[in-house]
Amino acid sequence: MRFRRMTAVVAGMSGLALGIVAEGVTATPDAARQQQLLHLLKQDCGSCHGMTLKGGLGPDLLASRLAALPREFLVATIAKGRPGTPMPPWETLLSADDIGWLVDELQRGVE
Amino acid sequence: MNSSAAFRVVQLLFALLLAACAATPPPAPAYVPEATGDLGVVIERGTGSVLIINTSHRTVIGRVEGLGDLSHASVVYSRDERFGYVFGRDGGLTKVDLLLRKIDRRVLQGGNSIGGAISQDGKLIAVSNYEPGGIKVFNADTLALLADIPAEYAPGKVSKTVGLVDAPGRKFVFSLYDGNQIWLADFSAGDTPVITRFASVGAQPYDALLVPGGRYYIAGLFGEDGMALLDLWNPAAGVKRILPDYGMGEEKLPVYKMPHLEGWAVAGNHAFFPAVGRNEVLVMDMSNWKLVEKIPVHGQPVFVMARPDNRQIWVNFAFPHNDTVQVIDVVSRKVVRELKPGPAVLHMEFTPRGEQVWVSVRDDNRVDIYDTATFTRLQQLPAQSPSGIFFTNRAHEIGL
Repeated sequence: MRFRRMTAVVAGMSGLALGIVAEGVTATPDAARQQQLLHLLKQDCGSCHGMTLKGGLGPDLLASRLAALPREFLVATIAKGRPGTPMPPWETLLSADDIGWLVDELQRGVE
Repeated sequence: MNSSAAFRVVQLLFALLLAACAATPPPAPAYVPEATGDLGVVIERGTGSVLIINTSHRTVIGRVEGLGDLSHASVVYSRDERFGYVFGRDGGLTKVDLLLRKIDRRVLQGGNSIGGAISQDGKLIAVSNYEPGGIKVFNADTLALLADIPAEYAPGKVSKTVGLVDAPGRKFVFSLYDGNQIWLADFSAGDTPVITRFASVGAQPYDALLVPGGRYYIAGLFGEDGMALLDLWNPAAGVKRILPDYGMGEEKLPVYKMPHLEGWAVAGNHAFFPAVGRNEVLVMDMSNWKLVEKIPVHGQPVFVMARPDNRQIWVNFAFPHNDTVQVIDVVSRKVVRELKPGPAVLHMEFTPRGEQVWVSVRDDNRVDIYDTATFTRLQQLPAQSPSGIFFTNRAHEIGL
């Protein structure tokens, strides 16, 4: 519940941001949100991809693999999921800015 | 000194020893004898450690560290309930001594593993691996490797293995997530297994369980509707599909965490288990394997666990509904209680006769203990990112 409420707040803020920022430009989540996203990545993405992102039922999320993939492909994978696999769509829980920031972090490599 | 002279010296020494014993009674043992039937292990997933707990006193009695990556972990117990075998994500198999509160021995047996099982006679430990996909079987005393069973379902194609259980007759059963197969490894003739493979059981079996009693092995299918059933009393009949028309044409919700199938409640002929992609607990008639009822619940169920008397079913949920636990009454098949233990409830474990349930609340770093009759919270114990909770009575449960 707490997370949903927070997501709604963040989505509201990003909607506000979209109103003033030119289309196509994404805002970076603030520091508190970044911490939440890293927690989500390790704990919840980690339930399939491993808490250390080395893979589980789902493939690993290491930079050594992801850096070579197109950014748009990774953004679409997180937003829309991968039909035919257990990867669910996250766009109802994460904003476009959240997803963009996570992809950048993953391609750079998450500790 | 010849041998008869040596014998006389030993005789003399023995007589002196007896005299000494008669003069001073033997010292009291330096330890208090202890039993393990009310002990258990709590996984601390972030720190590679486990807590050893006591359910009679509701206390933490020790912490054992150095178990590697426990971000996904499970435990089985030796039949004397002294040793817990902890299966870690990084392929570590650690034998923990609950009495001495330390690691007895540990091996890194694979690259990425998902769980394990102990054989009927307690002599074999089997580990299920994602990478390299397959099962490895170890001597329970020494952790020496006895058998390696790669899950090669087609030439050059190796599958992740899931849903590994022990079955009566010194057997292990497991499913091939990528290969859509169920394998039965029979160790009754020794340490070299006879393997029976069942192909085309359904798309993407993601977990499985042995129905209490040990007769039926049932695998959940992620890739299609229905489940795959193997009757271990009649394996020659093959794997059959059950609940085939469940959910046909309905759109599924996204699943943010795969359900676990362990701990099915079977009350009378009815089994209660988690739906996939729906906020429901399903009830199935096991006499004909038909769906009887869909109980609406708070979110995607992860664990659907029966209190040992089968009167209540406790359910926890996937992200983002994982702060909640609901209790279903088996008779009315309705949710009769909702609890909010806190952020990220990952697992629940009942005491052997079910008067307490222990609940791990990962993001608040604690384990909560509830009275299952009054739903009163009896105690909170601090733990670091706790996940799975495993009590020693599992040692005597087939399939756990």
